[in-house]
Amino acid sequence: MAGYKPVAIQTYPVLGEKITQDTLYWNNYKTPVQIKEFGAVSKVDFSPQPPYNYAVTASSRIHIYGRYSQEPIKTFSRFKDTAYCATFRQDGRLLVAGSEDGGVQLFDITGRAPLRHFEGHTKAVHTVDFTADKYHVVSGADDYTVKLWDIPNSKEILTFKEHSDYVRCGCASKLNPDLFVTGSYDHTLKMFDARTNKSVISVEHGQPVESVLLFPSGGLLVSAGGRYVKIWDVLKGGQLLVSLKNHHKTVTCLYLSSSGQRLLSGSLDRKVKIYSTTSYKVVHSFDYAASILSLALAHEDETIVVGMTNGILSVKHRKSEAKKDSLPRRRRPAYRTFIKGKNYMKQRDDILINRPSKKHLELYDRDLKNFRVSKALDRVLEPSCTIKTPEITVSIIKELNRRGVLANALAGRDEKEISRVLNFLIRNLSQPRFAPVLINAAEIIIDIYLPVIGQSPVVDKKFLLLQGLVEKEIDYQRELLETLGMMDMLFATMTRKESTSVWQHASDGFLENKKVES
Amino acid sequence: MVEEESVRVVRCGGSELNFRRAVFSADSKYIFCVSGDFVKVHSTATEECVHILQGHRNLVTGIQLNPNNHLQLYSCSFDGTVKLWDYVDGILIKTFVVGLKLHALFTLPSAEDSVFVIINKEKPDVFQLVSVKLPKSSSQEIEAKELSFVLDYINQSPKCIAFGNEGEYVAAVRDFYLSVYFFKKKTTSRFTLSSSRNKKHAKNNFTCVACHPKEDCIATGHKDGKIRLWRNFDDDKKYTYTCLHWHHDMVMDLAFSVTGTSLLSGGRESVLVEWRDATEKNKEFLPRLGATIEHISVSPAGDLFCTSHSDNKIIVIHRNLEASAVIQGLVKDSNIFTGLMVDPRTKALVLNGKPGHLQFYSLQHDKQLYNLDIIQQEYINDYGLIQIELTKAAFGCYGNWLATVEQRQEKETELELQMKLWMYNKKTQGFVLNTKVNMPHEDHITALCFCNAEKFENPTLVTSSKDGHFKVWILTDDSDIYKKAVGWTCDFVGSYHKYQATNCCFSEDGSLLAVSFEEIVTIWDSETWELKCTFCQRAGKIRHLCFGRLTCSKYLLGATENGILCCWNLLSCALFVFKPSEPRPLYIQKNISREEVQWGVFVPRDVPESFTSEAYQWLNRSQFYFLTKSQSLLTFSTKSPEEKLTPTSKQLLAEESLPTTPFYFILGKHREQQDEKINEAFESELVQLPLTENIPAISELLHTPAHVLPSASFLCSKFVSSLLLSKETKSGEEIPEDVDMEEGKESDDSDEENDFTEKIQDTNNTDLGEDLLHQLSKSEEKELRKFRKVDYSWITVL
Repeated sequence: MAGYKPVAIQTYPVLGEKITQDTLYWNNYKTPVQIKEFGAVSKVDFSPQPPYNYAVTASSRIHIYGRYSQEPIKTFSRFKDTAYCATFRQDGRLLVAGSEDGGVQLFDITGRAPLRHFEGHTKAVHTVDFTADKYHVVSGADDYTVKLWDIPNSKEILTFKEHSDYVRCGCASKLNPDLFVTGSYDHTLKMFDARTNKSVISVEHGQPVESVLLFPSGGLLVSAGGRYVKIWDVLKGGQLLVSLKNHHKTVTCLYLSSSGQRLLSGSLDRKVKIYSTTSYKVVHSFDYAASILSLALAHEDETIVVGMTNGILSVKHRKSEAKKDSLPRRRRPAYRTFIKGKNYMKQRDDILINRPSKKHLELYDRDLKNFRVSKALDRVLEPSCTIKTPEITVSIIKELNRRGVLANALAGRDEKEISRVLNFLIRNLSQPRFAPVLINAAEIIIDIYLPVIGQSPVVDKKFLLLQGLVEKEIDYQRELLETLGMMDMLFATMTRKESTSVWQHASDGFLENKKVES
Repeated sequence: MVEEESVRVVRCGGSELNFRRAVFSADSKYIFCVSGDFVKVHSTATEECVHILQGHRNLVTGIQLNPNNHLQLYSCSFDGTVKLWDYVDGILIKTFVVGLKLHALFTLPSAEDSVFVIINKEKPDVFQLVSVKLPKSSSQEIEAKELSFVLDYINQSPKCIAFGNEGEYVAAVRDFYLSVYFFKKKTTSRFTLSSSRNKKHAKNNFTCVACHPKEDCIATGHKDGKIRLWRNFDDDKKYTYTCLHWHHDMVMDLAFSVTGTSLLSGGRESVLVEWRDATEKNKEFLPRLGATIEHISVSPAGDLFCTSHSDNKIIVIHRNLEASAVIQGLVKDSNIFTGLMVDPRTKALVLNGKPGHLQFYSLQHDKQLYNLDIIQQEYINDYGLIQIELTKAAFGCYGNWLATVEQRQEKETELELQMKLWMYNKKTQGFVLNTKVNMPHEDHITALCFCNAEKFENPTLVTSSKDGHFKVWILTDDSDIYKKAVGWTCDFVGSYHKYQATNCCFSEDGSLLAVSFEEIVTIWDSETWELKCTFCQRAGKIRHLCFGRLTCSKYLLGATENGILCCWNLLSCALFVFKPSEPRPLYIQKNISREEVQWGVFVPRDVPESFTSEAYQWLNRSQFYFLTKSQSLLTFSTKSPEEKLTPTSKQLLAEESLPTTPFYFILGKHREQQDEKINEAFESELVQLPLTENIPAISELLHTPAHVLPSASFLCSKFVSSLLLSKETKSGEEIPEDVDMEEGKESDDSDEENDFTEKIQDTNNTDLGEDLLHQLSKSEEKELRKFRKVDYSWITVL
């Protein structure tokens, strides 16, 4: 006939964040290292080549840090005014940066003085990038122009004057040397082709564009501006794919994780959100101390570097894969014991009968199956169970109550055992989800042990503690009821047409307990 | 075919199978059990009901095999007769009229021409065991008035009487004493246990008795769970007894195995205990049998046991304590909280079943389909324990969803409520738990209702509760990037002046929701959940609420507590009040059953009947089933019970006579399907079918070795012609109709689809008047077509 049905353990909604693969992955970083810069950190860029140094643009300096160094290994400080957007070339040898005075400077990372100086912009250059062929530089400036420079000749090749406001962000395609995208404060994103002299795609973002990003495939374009992050399909001629509104303030920076599966966005609301690039849902988010201006991930997501408005650079390193020292394992039976009969091929006339799989029962279930109720209760009152999984303990108490044997299971305990039960009650009695079951258990305990009270100072102390807890809880409830009354009065004065009622939160479970205690 | 007959009440299931001990046939092939006024013959191997022996006019109270002829069965009944049956063919052989209420029946091989019965003669509480001499006569009905008295003042239950050691003595127990009557000496010895005055032995009462088949040993069961084994009881002084104690509650029944080496006992714990060699140490258990063991019996061959349980089932158990078959009737729960429902998918009747289960009972086949475990917790069968009760259930969305509510209330303030929502899984063909809601309301849930309208792509459920709220639950998408899932969440909470919500109902198109709050009915818009209007009346609290269907969808019906039916027209908001008896009900049948009727339900018919008379039109498309207080299921039908039962029993007979060969499995299946199609009118053809296989040409073909046969092309014409010979005349006339039939079939199918929707609607609307008349001619037409189809379905088989 039907087998033993194990006790149904009540599951409660997990408080706080849900644990998913993503939370595990993104929480697996060490505590951040904080580096103070001279001003707001406007750009962080990782070198694409090992050893993956990163360039930090803050105020009029560009610092280059090694991956684990807290001091800059190199500094470029020959800027008259604020520097912007220090970016590595694909081979990691050259670095380009714009500046407030309208100049674009090219550095060799081993040298100190600029190799090239591109003059042509009349106002601050906020965005620069290398094209895919490594020999050209794209720059966008506050004079509304976008220029393409040739590195060998240090000459201007093309100028696009299609934007009608500051050009603040840009990005070159990693596949096609002629394509690049710029975003501007005129709310548009434009994709330019160096082979023609005008934009090929122009899309309306709706807000001043703060950051743009091209997917490695070049098929999707991500733009951030205002509170929105928008994804555009380039292959469909710039059709809007998704519009994400997950930040409370302007989104300032975007970054793709190394696998391309996750998109990160940093915002002035001091949060970094991580989206899945398949469903475009937020899978995780980080909090930071100040508004975020720049964001970058190292190769293989090993490091997250975030630059903030207060000049702090936060560097988080991934925890190294903890090498679990394998415990000397119990000697198992030989491999062939497990494989025995597993590779037997069924013959034509054979009927295969599998061995009925044995149902695994928890220890407390085994006790309950054999009606050893006190033993089952003892098992779930072990500290390992009560602290980690109090819901199991509560479920067993509930089950014992259902079977009508709770009093039997609680009776006949010595000082140590009863104080264990009382400890559990003190810890969990005030939790609303456990309260109905535990109040009942507390009543039974008081009934059973009332005659022997005063014989053990330890247990007496616990009882007093429990009493204090209950009294405090009653006070809370009273206050809550008063508040509720006030709110009801307020609601009643509001004229409302529909007669939907207000939720009532009063749980009067605790009021009964007062009777028991007194 | 359907003539105008009077509608009468037909019992269609639910009678107790566990009322008396089941009896095995001598070869252990069949098992007999009493079932209300009938005796049922089941096969022990297949669990199938082979025959129903009907003829008694009151409850059957005892059955025994005829010790002189193993193919015959005696049965006795409250109607004062003992009947002798041939159970192989299901024929009544003889009736012996005793004229007194017979409470139990015993037979002995030593007493050839007499049986023992328990009667009460004078006072209502005094029962006697008497032996009745059955006179030999050729007539069908014989008076048997020759009674000889054996024992007086005994318990009426047959469990308290046992004949021992090949009929040398009879042991009877009652209260605190055991009396043994020796047939040879004609003396009675009486042994008394210390009575209830002694507190230690307060529950010493005897409950049952069994006698060792070979030795002088009597086993008695007691209320405190002890089993006593009595020996040397032929001496009033030197008698001894030993005690076996395992049961913690009353021992319900005892039985010795055929050889007497082991003793079986059972009780409320639902554990069958086998005591080997009558020692306390040597025992085996068969636990978790589901419900209290009421009776235990042993087959004469000794290879099978069976236990009858309080939940109306019989379990056939092998000698090695392995359950081999379960014969399950309609489970009797103490309370039917859920009422009767119809599963839209299987058309099975659904109600409370085993504790914590929902049972699906097929009305067509009169057997249980399955039990759905709702509560999913270990059931502890203990007296006085407050169990979790399954209180409400509802089907929604064409059987795709099932909502259940379970509750447990220990004290006034401590209510545990849980609502579960089950989704039908097409792959596993069963319901799978989808959402569990703890404490959906703060007080008892009074009603559940799904919105069944087609336009709602999103399933919606409404619950109303005594806490004054009603809640709307909707199915929401709960999936994220890691998994796909759907779950139910609360969408809206409504209330009306803190009155208790008592009922809820969706209109047919799902646009309106009616919720009754005690005496007030409120109508809500299901799109916006706005209160549209309220209806007040003074007739009392609303008990039931229902919207009209089809052409009557503008009406809302409410039944109040003091027996008044209110009807609101939703368009004009007018109210009609009438008493059920006043404006000429369609049909009244009085005296339908001995007990109070508790629940009723309309079940749509698979094939609509065509009653032409106006009075029975409501039976056309649906059948009304109702459940009485003793939980027997009754219905109205015009067919006689014999007619109803013929197809299955006939088919089984045919199966019995055929040898089981691989061909049989193929052909037998075929014939089964055919059987269902063929009406009684064509039974003669059915009988002829096997004959065709005996045609010499075929047997020649099949039995000669292949290598000596001439070529197939040569044989073919001969073979075919041999087949045609016997049927020539008939097939000639019928072939032209073939095309016609095809068409008929097609239109039939489409008709049935249309009918299906109407059938359901019909369940509430009996006054559709004109509409029905129009369809009647259609259905008549269809009936005619069906005849034609049936006519030569046998040809296609050949």
